Amino acid sequence: MSEVIEKITAEAQKIYDNIKKKKRPVLESPIRALSNVKYNVEDGFFELKGSKKSRTLTASSVKTFAQTLKMMALSKEIVEKNDIATKREAYYVSKNWGDARFKEQPESDTVMDDIEAMLSVNREKLGFIPEEKGGDIAGKLIIIDKNPDTGKEIRIDCTKFGSGAYSIPSSVEELKFETEAKFILAIETAGMFQRLVKHNYWKNANCILVSMGGVPTRACRRFIRKLSDEMNIPVLVFTDGDFYGYFNIYRTLKVGSGNAAHINEYFCVPKAKFIGITPQDIIEYKLPTHPMKEVDIKRGKDALKNDPFVHHHKQWQKAIKQQIEMKARAEQQALAKWGLNFVIDNYLPEKMKKRDTWLP
Amino acid sequence: MVETTIGLDSFRNSEDNNEKEENNDSQPKKKEIKANELAKKQREISIAEFFEKNRHLLGFDNKRKALLTTIKEAVDNSLDACDESSILPELEIVITDMGNDRYRVSVEDNGPGIVKTQIPKIFAKLLYGSKFHSLKQNRGQQGIGISASVMYSQLTTGRAAKIISKIDPTVKAHYYELKIDTQKNKPEIIQDEEKDWSKDHGTRIELDLEGTYQKGPQSVDEYLKQTAIINPHVTIIYVNPKGEQIIFPRATDKLPFQPAEIKPHPYGVELGILIKMLNWTQTVTIKKFLTTEFSRVGGKTADEILEKAYIPPNTKPNKVSREMAEKIIEAIRNTKIMSPPSDCISPIGAELLEKGLKKEVNAEFYTSVSRPPEVYRGNPFIIEAALAYGGTLKADGGVNILRFANKVPLLYQQGSCAMTESISKTSWRSYGLSQSGNNIPQGPCMILIHIASVWVPFTSEAKEAIAHYPEIIKEIKLALQELGRNLYKYVAKKRNVHEELKKRSYIEKYIPSIAEALKELIKYSDVEEKNVVELLEEMLEKHRGQIDNMDFDESKNEEYDEEFAKIGREEEEPNDDEYKEVKDE
Repeated sequence: MSEVIEKITAEAQKIYDNIKKKKRPVLESPIRALSNVKYNVEDGFFELKGSKKSRTLTASSVKTFAQTLKMMALSKEIVEKNDIATKREAYYVSKNWGDARFKEQPESDTVMDDIEAMLSVNREKLGFIPEEKGGDIAGKLIIIDKNPDTGKEIRIDCTKFGSGAYSIPSSVEELKFETEAKFILAIETAGMFQRLVKHNYWKNANCILVSMGGVPTRACRRFIRKLSDEMNIPVLVFTDGDFYGYFNIYRTLKVGSGNAAHINEYFCVPKAKFIGITPQDIIEYKLPTHPMKEVDIKRGKDALKNDPFVHHHKQWQKAIKQQIEMKARAEQQALAKWGLNFVIDNYLPEKMKKRDTWLP
Repeated sequence: MVETTIGLDSFRNSEDNNEKEENNDSQPKKKEIKANELAKKQREISIAEFFEKNRHLLGFDNKRKALLTTIKEAVDNSLDACDESSILPELEIVITDMGNDRYRVSVEDNGPGIVKTQIPKIFAKLLYGSKFHSLKQNRGQQGIGISASVMYSQLTTGRAAKIISKIDPTVKAHYYELKIDTQKNKPEIIQDEEKDWSKDHGTRIELDLEGTYQKGPQSVDEYLKQTAIINPHVTIIYVNPKGEQIIFPRATDKLPFQPAEIKPHPYGVELGILIKMLNWTQTVTIKKFLTTEFSRVGGKTADEILEKAYIPPNTKPNKVSREMAEKIIEAIRNTKIMSPPSDCISPIGAELLEKGLKKEVNAEFYTSVSRPPEVYRGNPFIIEAALAYGGTLKADGGVNILRFANKVPLLYQQGSCAMTESISKTSWRSYGLSQSGNNIPQGPCMILIHIASVWVPFTSEAKEAIAHYPEIIKEIKLALQELGRNLYKYVAKKRNVHEELKKRSYIEKYIPSIAEALKELIKYSDVEEKNVVELLEEMLEKHRGQIDNMDFDESKNEEYDEEFAKIGREEEEPNDDEYKEVKDE
């Protein structure tokens, strides 16, 4: 029996035993929020502080209770059959559950996240996979996957996608890698990724390019983590020069998020470094900027106040304060002011050399 | 509006002068005879004209309203007379359709009757009456009402009013046929005789007039029904033009508290009135004048006022100039004077108010309140209110409002009434009704408001809407807030019960899924599944106690009278947007 099934069954048994003893059963899971994480500096990720929410079976929780148990039963069935279900499919399966069915998918997603946290195993191990695309890869990397029918190894050369790219699958655990690249460059926007692929940036720089397309998906984070760990190569992150880029994207990739704190351990890339666009870059490269809105500024102030990662890094605090003072933000594409390929010919090579301009 | 007031005032003054001349008072204004004559002439040409021009102010704007106003004035007079003489009123009202939009109206009461010599003046002289000069809680106030109806009848049909009245079983009744001399505002006696009348005492008036009879929210039927609601001691036997007899039997044999007559309070006196009073008074010094003609003014207060006005206490009242009078008014404002006594007000009482409402609507919840007396401009008043919620009341549309002033229903001008404003400006959302901005709240609700006062401030002589005095609006709002808090308690309880029932249904609904899921997870037998269901049900339900049944029970309200409630609701009047009709079905 797999570890997941053991955990699910144990939880069910506990509930059943309580019922037999005429005790109200309790479901317990960690609180998933930034307030309940601390920055584990040694291992480099957000870990749970330990606050838990427990849901005792009462008339008002009886519905969630029923749905949680039904969802656990579904997970067990999927894993036993060695199958998978997307989050949306799981939602549709619930339509067979009579009164316990979900009305909208967000309800089933929440129950799924709670089970994940409760059992502290990631969703993929429960047999549930997300709908979303994992991210794109191009560059000096060979990925070894398996043929779903025959089980034979397939070697995928990421230099051979031309102007296209390799797409990260939703589950990356079984993948193996071969590479001699010097670093991985994780990029926020698909547009910037396209430009770098088009001009074979990876060839000259001897690197692997990853397009995150906004906040990296779990698969994307796991892929980068696994690749960098197994191949022992550094990870550099290149985002827009704004608080969304710094925290929602970079910080999530590096140390994880509050909401998914129970799985950050596996889904973080502690060795990632931020190369740009930094607030200082905006000044030094005289980048055209957009004014920051109130909400943007608030995001920065919140980070200063509540984010354990920022609390740990003085450099980041300085950068945030600097940017709040500037009241301006700059996009990656703003570099095009100095010519379309300025980013390839000047910006990235210069930043590579000047490590002291990076942020931790 | 202002012009009209001046107009009416000039009538009053002239009339006062007339009476003074009759009384042979020692102070005729001989020097002004010419001006006086001019004033007289003006009045003489304008009395009929005045009525014609201002009939809307007196409640005769259209034929339908004219019929209602006529009934209303006659009923007001009858009930006032009965109440003053401590007689349990019994009214017989008959409206006969005579074709061509003409109706014959007769109103008969068992009141004290009217002394022979007074009959012509009361019915055929405008602005004659006992009520205007007194401060006493009455239905009628101005002494316009019934004579205006006689005038209207005369103008539209040319017929005389027929009045019979008897004051004692031992004497014969007096019968008059009266018209109004519209040139001189004097009664014109067409016929005058003694008659046998089977009644012990009472008065009957019969008028022919142009009108329109229509059922519906602003009908005579509705008016009489509301009169019955607010006057539970009254019996009304009513035959409408369709020949339908409706009897509103009295709900109580208890006579209402007989309000005392009071002198005006200094705070309510304006310069003009003060000057008039100074001319009228029998007292010989200004100090005596203040202490006898006003309520709550003792020797000390009078001294204080006069000191502040720099007027010697022994000044003769008729030597007080306009400037001195003005100083007195100012001094009054700067002197602390005790509030007027409140035994001059006869409220209906929260309990009877609620009972009346129960008769009218079959709701789930009733609440009522009677506020302590308050004062506006020196006039004491009391606000009472009741509220019905839910049941057969319609949930959509604005709440229904029943307005009453001195036990008289107000059917018109809802939009411009201080009561409506007070309802709109109360925040009902916190009491469980929906409301957008400062509008009338929405919901299955009926609100009844009654103001009782020695002088009810109406926006016009037609007495359809209450004027917007801040003191009155504040009191109404306080009453409404009290009702609102009670309503909220009920609404909140109902919501809690609803929530509880929902939770209980949750238990039934979801427990089987839990047992089923556990079966899939740890593979137990079907018997065990049933066992788990039972265990869970026991576990969840044992803590939940009994809950009250909050479902609406139609038969619970024993006061409710379906036939009664229907009156005034049969025919909707599409042209009238002022009044929202309630239908039960």
